[in-house]
Amino acid sequence: MAAPPGIEITVGAGDSRVALSGDVTIYTATGLEAPLDGIAADRAVRLDLSGVGRLDTAGAWMIAALQRRIEAAGQPFEIAGASAKVESLLATVSGALPKAEDDTPPPPTLADRLERVGRSVVSGLSFLLELTAYLGVFLARMGRALRHPGEFRFTALVHHCDEVGVKAVPIVALMAFLIGVVLAFQGATQLQQFGAEVFVVDLIAISILRELGILLTSIIVAGRTASAFTAAIGSMKMREEIDAMRTLGLDPAMVLFVPRILALLLMLPVLGLIANVAGLLGGALMAWIDLGISPAMFRTRLIEGTDVSNVLVGLIKAPFFALIIGVVGCHAGMQVKSNAESLGQMTSSAVVVSIFAVIMADAIFSVFFAQVGW
Amino acid sequence: MKDTTPQTETVIEVRGLRNQFGANVVHDNLDLDVYRGEILGVVGGSGTGKSVLLRTIAGLQRPAAGTVRVLGIDVLNADEDTRAALESRWGVMFQDGALFSSLTVRENVEVPMLGIDGLDPDLRRQLADLKVSMVGLPYSAGEKYPSQLSGGMRKRAGLARALALDPEIVFLDEPTAGLDPIGASEFDALIRGLSHSLGLTVFLVTHDLDTLHAVCDRIAVLAERKVLVTGTMEDMLKVDHPWVHEYFHGPRARAAQAQGAGD
Repeated sequence: MAAPPGIEITVGAGDSRVALSGDVTIYTATGLEAPLDGIAADRAVRLDLSGVGRLDTAGAWMIAALQRRIEAAGQPFEIAGASAKVESLLATVSGALPKAEDDTPPPPTLADRLERVGRSVVSGLSFLLELTAYLGVFLARMGRALRHPGEFRFTALVHHCDEVGVKAVPIVALMAFLIGVVLAFQGATQLQQFGAEVFVVDLIAISILRELGILLTSIIVAGRTASAFTAAIGSMKMREEIDAMRTLGLDPAMVLFVPRILALLLMLPVLGLIANVAGLLGGALMAWIDLGISPAMFRTRLIEGTDVSNVLVGLIKAPFFALIIGVVGCHAGMQVKSNAESLGQMTSSAVVVSIFAVIMADAIFSVFFAQVGW
Repeated sequence: MKDTTPQTETVIEVRGLRNQFGANVVHDNLDLDVYRGEILGVVGGSGTGKSVLLRTIAGLQRPAAGTVRVLGIDVLNADEDTRAALESRWGVMFQDGALFSSLTVRENVEVPMLGIDGLDPDLRRQLADLKVSMVGLPYSAGEKYPSQLSGGMRKRAGLARALALDPEIVFLDEPTAGLDPIGASEFDALIRGLSHSLGLTVFLVTHDLDTLHAVCDRIAVLAERKVLVTGTMEDMLKVDHPWVHEYFHGPRARAAQAQGAGD
């Protein structure tokens, strides 16, 4: 179908004669670029197109570029053997030749680098401020919901409790059970060396009830739920649904944030409790298999050695973690721009930020409880 | 340049086309011919399947029955290689441009060119810039992302991408919908100019009577599940089917005609 392109350059005394033949299209352009670039601009150029089969804009562009180069050097440029169609194509293309502007950015100076550092610090701070603002909005809307119960979306709350809580039970329970098993197994190998196997019960109970149960639950929920919040709110933002809500007099914070964050607030402590129970069961099972501590003995030891305050210390953190996950997820959703890329970016950033913030908060709580002596 | 192709060479040939969604029959026994070098405008009421017809010809929608031949190739039964070769000979501009939102305009235009073996990246970039400039976008638009452009600029960028490989046929889905009158008539002129200078065959779905007047060589009216009538604007005015009459003699049509006559 396509005739291979040919180029013949005859350099005469006063001018260069260039004859093109075959198909000069985007498919064959690369082979012609070098010879065309090689034509010297120190004499007139006569271009013969009578042998050309198909010429497309890529071919026309190369001819126009050559013409521009030759004429810029002050030499005449002539085209022969062009049909009317080719001439109109050449005219269109040379009319559209982009006027290349020199837009290479200047090399970054020290001031630019400093500016960049400054900007990222400021944007980090304003990110924290925005999160606080979102928390404030959530609390304000909760207050409003108390005064105007009619505006509160109860059905949405139930739906989100199901999504966030009930559907997360299997994965949370399994995860905690396995953590219990691992703790019992690792603890047993170490404690056996001192003949203090029975303390494995305290080890499991205290670490799971105080820390691991709720922390790992929150991390799983952050991965599951923060991303879901961001994706849901973000895709609504992309399709201008949020703007539509505003014009209809609906408050996105009331309609979208309150049911989601409230569902998390209600469900995370429950999930934490389930994780505690599953973790203890896993630990008890492993202690029984590996160390021969019977379930009855495990229970006695658990009641004797571990105070209920451990459970409270663990669960009191749950609402704070829930607020962090919910606010980060909703905030990230609202930052989505109108392209698919930013939706993915914000979703992954919501997960990373919420997990990081949960661990950070847990560390602060640990220090706090150590100071007050709980 | 060979100029020997007869004026009446058929580039798109649709025969006995039937499209249905569940019990809803959109097209039934639809026939349509598009000739080389012409600009065909497809009009019809809402829900008469204008876009479905475009999608069927472009191979995005499999019909229940019928044949579609584009440039002599049976679109529905072609093997993969033939289809791929065919796809580089047509370009489609979707209603809102359908640009890839994670790529800049220039990168969007470069996407079809990536399939060409051995095309120098630098040359590819410059050709993309040329296409961007040919559709009337400023040079700086190449650097921008689709979300930074207005609706009209997105349409132009979509056209630039459709033209990236110098196709023989361009499908345009509502090219002027959502544009202000100035932007719309600029776009009309752009289509007309490009189709002349590049020798394009244009299959254009539209609602815009001004576009029909200003751009189209021939008009095909979709009604009653088939192509009811085809012909020039003058032919349309003589058709006495109620819908066609209403369409081409309504108040908006008269205004467009008056304007068309004034040009």
